[in-house]
Amino acid sequence: MKFLVCISNVPDTTTKITFTPDNKEFNKAGVQFVINPWDEYALTRAIELKEAQGAGTVTVLNVGEADTEPNIRKALAIGADDAIRVNAHPKDAFFVAKQIAAVAKDGGYDVILMGKESIDYNGFQVHGMVGELLGIPTVAPAMKLDMSGNTATLEREIEGGKEIVEVNAPFVASCQQPMCEPRIPNMRGIMTARTKPLKVVEATADAARTEVETFALPPAKQGVKLIPAENAGELIRLLRNEAKVI
Amino acid sequence: MSVLVVVECDGGEVKKSSLEVASYGSQVAQMLGTTATAIAVGEVTEANLALLGEQGISKVLYDAEPRLKDFVNGAYTKLIAAAAQKEEAKVIVLANSNIGAAVGSRLSIRLEASIATNVVELPKTDGGKFVVKRGAFSGKAFADVELAGDRKIIAVKKNSIEALHEAGKTAPVESFSAQLTDADFADAPKEVIMQDQAGGVLLPEADLVVSGGRGMKGPENWNLIEDLAKALGAATACSKPVSDVDWRPHHEHVGQTGITVSPNLYIACGISGAIQHLAGVNSSKVIVVINKDPEAPFFKAADYGIVGDVFDVLPRLTEAVKQLN
Repeated sequence: MKFLVCISNVPDTTTKITFTPDNKEFNKAGVQFVINPWDEYALTRAIELKEAQGAGTVTVLNVGEADTEPNIRKALAIGADDAIRVNAHPKDAFFVAKQIAAVAKDGGYDVILMGKESIDYNGFQVHGMVGELLGIPTVAPAMKLDMSGNTATLEREIEGGKEIVEVNAPFVASCQQPMCEPRIPNMRGIMTARTKPLKVVEATADAARTEVETFALPPAKQGVKLIPAENAGELIRLLRNEAKVI
Repeated sequence: MSVLVVVECDGGEVKKSSLEVASYGSQVAQMLGTTATAIAVGEVTEANLALLGEQGISKVLYDAEPRLKDFVNGAYTKLIAAAAQKEEAKVIVLANSNIGAAVGSRLSIRLEASIATNVVELPKTDGGKFVVKRGAFSGKAFADVELAGDRKIIAVKKNSIEALHEAGKTAPVESFSAQLTDADFADAPKEVIMQDQAGGVLLPEADLVVSGGRGMKGPENWNLIEDLAKALGAATACSKPVSDVDWRPHHEHVGQTGITVSPNLYIACGISGAIQHLAGVNSSKVIVVINKDPEAPFFKAADYGIVGDVFDVLPRLTEAVKQLN
């Protein structure tokens, strides 16, 4: 089976978020970038399924500029076979989905996996857009994915529960825990990743449909009001009479 | 031209988050000088749909097809797209839920619409632009985003918009069909498994949340969290390390790689407040932190705090709530 795993290059989860002086862009200075944590579930599960099937390929796809290549190499080190980078700034979800759909159309992939959302833009949209552009089902967000022949059984999370869904390939799924235990690269993986193919392709001419005008940080808290532990009941009174939330 | 709102229902009722969505949609309709129509999905009574008039909805469409009771991405997308065409909707408003986001993203392609998810405020329409404020960087920031084009889709974050309640107003309910075929049900669930909700409150819909971290020392102590939650009518949640070691199920994990919540009250018990956890809760209206370490970073993000032992403080709080009630 041919797996396509879409990964996004995002600031490390411990990053303190700041913006450029005009508040139009994220300030990348001094920031460590990682593979989007949700995408790690997609990548590891694709590798596990390929191994279980004993045949097939896992191709990693990223829409990004050259500075994303260290994380593409990391995905190869974790166990992907080859990689494609669409050489473009990922302008918005629609633009990215168009790039993924274009690559997927050419490549004839059976299963397209990605994380539930990116932890920077938090759009939770690309999977649905790709499915719709390709005219195939999307299962989002998926907590479990098993394959038997051409048929996948997935657990889809809904508010307050889950649905068991069966779809035939080709399909798109967006992944989240507890799908698998994301792998980390070992030394052998890191060595072999250096020579695995990484193809760079140019972007389609699609325009973005949304544009960020300004970024802003949430307003700072006023400071904590401390209540002595031995007088804990006072907290409940304050929550009712002062904060008026209970 | 109109505004179409997608209303999710469950157990005969409209979900609370969808009452907010309906209120958002009717206010956008007013800004644009038009009316808001609702399309309802899930299991609901006609009487409860008519009550969407209280949120300013002018008309409700509902397809009673039994297979639409559970979430089916393909069928829901087709149904809502058909309703959007019929109503000539310029703006479609949904909940920023698993269902809303999954359907909204497909709709944006089918209807050639621009889309913003995680939206927290009504749009600004100065100078012919259409700009919405949305959460980004996992709750660490906000972005004002301009939506281009003729059609827009907005997914509204829970508990960001006050639901309208014009008592006594009702909306007519019309049956609506999109001529769905078997192919539209390709991703229909074989089985639906709901969480055990015995007396509990669902976390994504909760107004009040009581959450525990590693400071609770083990799953056997969770009755202290549950007792307080029960007394308050709150949902229970946990930090990532707690779900990682299976003390609690993963759907209770709140944080950057879990779920993001924005309740009126979030009580954190024995959680130090790592930046990834704060990202998941910092849009809560009031945050209470209980921790024996006065240096715990969570206190900096809190409105109220108690420096003390959770095993001592939690029973006192539960007792105080019971007395108040």
